[in-house]
Amino acid sequence: MTAFLDALSWVFLASGGLFCVIGAVGLLRMPDIYTRVHAASVLDTLGAGLILLGLLLQAGLGLVAAKLLVIGLLIFFASPTATHALAKAAWTHGLEPMATSRRSRP
Amino acid sequence: MFLAATVALLATMALILGRAILGPTVFDRLQAANSIGTCAMLFLAVLGFLNGRPEFLDLAIIYGLLNVIGTVAVLRYFRGGSLVDPAGDRGEGQ
Amino acid sequence: MFYAASAGLALYAFWLLLSGHFEAFLLSAGAASALAVAWLSHRMDLIDREGHPVHLGPRALLYWPWLLAEIVRSAWDVSRIIVHPRLPISPTLVRFRPSQRTDLGRVILANSITLTPGTITIEASAEEFLVHALTEAGADALATGDMDRRVTGFEGSP
Repeated sequence: MTAFLDALSWVFLASGGLFCVIGAVGLLRMPDIYTRVHAASVLDTLGAGLILLGLLLQAGLGLVAAKLLVIGLLIFFASPTATHALAKAAWTHGLEPMATSRRSRP
Repeated sequence: MFLAATVALLATMALILGRAILGPTVFDRLQAANSIGTCAMLFLAVLGFLNGRPEFLDLAIIYGLLNVIGTVAVLRYFRGGSLVDPAGDRGEGQ
Repeated sequence: MFYAASAGLALYAFWLLLSGHFEAFLLSAGAASALAVAWLSHRMDLIDREGHPVHLGPRALLYWPWLLAEIVRSAWDVSRIIVHPRLPISPTLVRFRPSQRTDLGRVILANSITLTPGTITIEASAEEFLVHALTEAGADALATGDMDRRVTGFEGSP
């Protein structure tokens, strides 16, 4: 059982690291600020989540696991706020996104 | 295996640093700074496990709190030219 | 008062988590600090139904798993786009009118949209949401209003 949990946490850690690198590559490849934000949110959600999950399996029950959960909740609640503040600031500043505009459900 | 995650996070931060250098707008650099902050938080957590010192998790929590506050503070500064000036809200809807 | 008490309990739990020592002095010092902060923020009118929404607790257990599944699915989609050699993006701006009745509900919707990779909220107001989607497919999924309806159900009666 322990060996199984160990292997599972390794899988989570490795794939989390992979998604972090993918997010960074997206940050470099995307053409404008609004699309780059999408790439960064892959890093914030799946990359961070998988790495924390992998660490959680290694920690077992206890104070360490609770702290990891707090870190996860912090990312869960705070990162969209910062992202929205950034996108809104760019929009208010007058940066035009390369996008087709349309209205749905008026 | 923690080592692999550590190396991946270092590579991530190096790549994002490239975006911070390339820019071109201040918002790109801020997004890069924010992402590097998230990576640093994860890095601290993984490093704590790698060294067998879970106290690093406290540092990671504080780093995460400061990261968000720092990003929003810098954004406020660029929007209104001041950290506290309520007149900064006049830029609404331009 | 109920919200101040629950905020005080949450603060005390955070104190215990960070300290990790369970001695009489530290326990009572933490209780004193949590009480002081809860009382001060009660006096400053910082804690209310909106600032500390514990009444949403039970329904969150239904909404969060759905949101998590949504996040994982769209994060996978965005990752596939990033590693695709031709970078097949079709950025789209969507405007729509949210159906929530309270500010809290609209904040939950805006945060959920932003947390899901592939869509970010640019502007959020009672009349109109402005959302930037990475692909047209993502914009279409948003336009069906599934997330909007779920958040309205999650928010409950005002």
